[in-house]
Amino acid sequence: MALRDKQGRPLVAVTGMGVVTSIGLGKDETWNAVTSGRSGIKRISRFPIEGLRTTIAGTIDTLDVAPMSAPLLSERLAMLAAEEAVGQSGLPATDFPGALFIAVPPVEMEWPQREALAEASGQDGDVTYRDLLKAASTGKFKAWHDLFIFGTVADRVADRFGTKGSPISLSTACSSGATAIQLGVEAIQRGETQTALCIGTDGSVNPESLVRFSLLSALSTQNENPETASKPFSKNRDGFVMGEGGAALVLENADAAMARGAKILGYVLGCGEKGDGFHRTRSSPDGAPGIAAIRAALDDSGLQPDDIDYVNAHGTSTPENDKMEAMSCMAVFGERMREVPISSNKSMIGHTLTAAGAVEAVLSLLTIATGRIPPTINHTVPDPAIPLDVVPNVARDADVRYVLSNSFGFGGQNTCLIFGAEPK
Amino acid sequence: MHDVVITGIGIVSASGEGVEAHLEALTRASPPLDRETFAPFSVHPVTAVDFEKQIAKKSDLRQMEPWQKLGCYAAGLALDSAGVKDDAELKSRMHLIVSAGGGERDYAVDGQILSGIRHADNPGVYLNEHLMADLRPTLFLAQLSNLLAGNISIVHGVTGASRTFMGEESSGIDAIRIAQSRIASGQNDIFLIGGAYNAERPDVLLIYEMGGFLWQDAHRPVWNRPADGGGLILGSGAAFLVLESREHAQARGATALATVAGVSSDRTRREPGSVTRSLVRQAEALEAKPDVVISGATGIKGITEDEQAALAALAPNAAIHATGDTTGHMMEGQAPAGLAIAAALIARGQSNEALVTSVGHWRGEGCVRVTKAS
Repeated sequence: MALRDKQGRPLVAVTGMGVVTSIGLGKDETWNAVTSGRSGIKRISRFPIEGLRTTIAGTIDTLDVAPMSAPLLSERLAMLAAEEAVGQSGLPATDFPGALFIAVPPVEMEWPQREALAEASGQDGDVTYRDLLKAASTGKFKAWHDLFIFGTVADRVADRFGTKGSPISLSTACSSGATAIQLGVEAIQRGETQTALCIGTDGSVNPESLVRFSLLSALSTQNENPETASKPFSKNRDGFVMGEGGAALVLENADAAMARGAKILGYVLGCGEKGDGFHRTRSSPDGAPGIAAIRAALDDSGLQPDDIDYVNAHGTSTPENDKMEAMSCMAVFGERMREVPISSNKSMIGHTLTAAGAVEAVLSLLTIATGRIPPTINHTVPDPAIPLDVVPNVARDADVRYVLSNSFGFGGQNTCLIFGAEPK
Repeated sequence: MHDVVITGIGIVSASGEGVEAHLEALTRASPPLDRETFAPFSVHPVTAVDFEKQIAKKSDLRQMEPWQKLGCYAAGLALDSAGVKDDAELKSRMHLIVSAGGGERDYAVDGQILSGIRHADNPGVYLNEHLMADLRPTLFLAQLSNLLAGNISIVHGVTGASRTFMGEESSGIDAIRIAQSRIASGQNDIFLIGGAYNAERPDVLLIYEMGGFLWQDAHRPVWNRPADGGGLILGSGAAFLVLESREHAQARGATALATVAGVSSDRTRREPGSVTRSLVRQAEALEAKPDVVISGATGIKGITEDEQAALAALAPNAAIHATGDTTGHMMEGQAPAGLAIAAALIARGQSNEALVTSVGHWRGEGCVRVTKAS
């Protein structure tokens, strides 16, 4: 019997998951940490912090990457997460029979490389790009072309796992990881592929990335106690904390998964998205696009608001996002929202940016699988404007069948996903 | 399955603005070339653009760098051409796929930091202090890859949802492929897709010069460059298109300009002949029988001759034009520009079937089969 959803589309199962965060390499370690309420936010040690307004982040410092750079660390995180996911799925590890959709941070050449070019140019006076170009023409820096173009991480992941077709590298800012999953779901629903490897990865804590967010006043400056700086939904929240992470999901046509006897870890039951044309960094004050994205995900899944047992929040810890997100959930779920648990993984791992939607998808599915809801830690000063059950500070056991995971991005893209243990 | 038709085209480049200028450019040897500004490197500079015609608010213009202005401008032209510019309801459910790289840097700040950091007692601290003090806060919003899409949403009200694909030339062909397949399968009705590129910036020249890809001599058509070592000339510009299902276009009384009959993309391990095999295989799978080819050939040695061999096998009698000789190489905008020109030729009755090729300078190959509107 073909497994179809209420719209007659193939059901999309999850048959493999992998995750790497600042509190764990792999699902088990990460899950133990998030359900223990452990924080991965710490003082930055990767580069000097003097002169910075924010000096903390959820960096991943245990991996040896050389040269340390956003594309190489992001590639490593993607590889680790995908190894775990593909390994769990039981699909061929070097001949993956489907497409690759990967959310990667936008890359640029970094300062150590610019400095090396400046030095190689021999310019003793004022350095300009003319000098850097002169150094580039020596041919000695050929490898950096490949390192710093946008398609390289995807290409290397595609090579390693043998995925099929043209891999898609994408960015929808903070909802990128969710968009990667949505693209995979859509491809399976179209019947283009039986399986998709969907990844979100971000290893971009470097001085300039941090400064850029800092200059937009987006980051927490509660540097004194790094572990408590990320406090989503608290009254004294003051910005997000950058985090690094990677997550991978193997999505599979449920029929195909069952036919090969794969263990199904859960289903992606619905995807919803909506653009916001209000402002480059701020959401519409009425929350309309966020509301529309949640409703679109519910419509797509065929579920009712009352079916949702838990919301895995975007919950960045910025004053604006958390207020808008709470309002959007209240608008969709009504009074019942006061009782629906909603928690933010970002309270512990920070905002893993490009990876966040994928990392939080894995944690949402683990919530369903284990019946344990990770907490929102650092919740000591509730915000009266957010009258929600944020699962404060301590994990909670609960029967969770359906989860809504929200991702809202800079630049206006909002993406919501609904996961379930079984189709309804 | 639904037919996918093109109902709007917006294009701007060194060859001018709009489809007429680009069809005319097909008959010329080369678009304007700037050999001075970045000597010894050449770029095809974009024509003079009155951005306010598409981006009304000065506050919006101030927040954008050239690549975003070009993209927003061409997106506006495409929406005008499709007759949807004033249909707020339609635009609020129109989906957007943008192929993009990243935005401009502050070259003066970069230079000052590189000059000063050599003499700093603590280079890391020097870098922190100068980035904090000297970077314009809003520059980040001009650099983020997905902020071209964000600006199009803000300026033009296209807010169904947006996705930004990255990955150089492949992102352009994949934007077309994903939009086409989502419309054909009934997942969505209407898309705005496209890409923009600003070649007139030293940081992108730097990336491609590190790889040894830039052509440095007097202008030569892409096909003639491999004999002298090969190389690409980047071009500034943008191309956007409105794609929708035939039913959707008919229901709103829109004129279909051309049909996107099929899109294919792939990546193959590059070796002699691999591009030839990949293009032939993909075009045959699309059952392409083009009378004109709009090629994305770069002029880079090896892959350009490989593409020529593929086209000789696939379409020995077709007229072949290269976007590299029409707009310059627009990287993420390459495939959208090729599709825009192909659709315009078909809409003018100058072609019955066109094949758009995209061969990435470093990786990725694909093609689009474009046929008459009906």
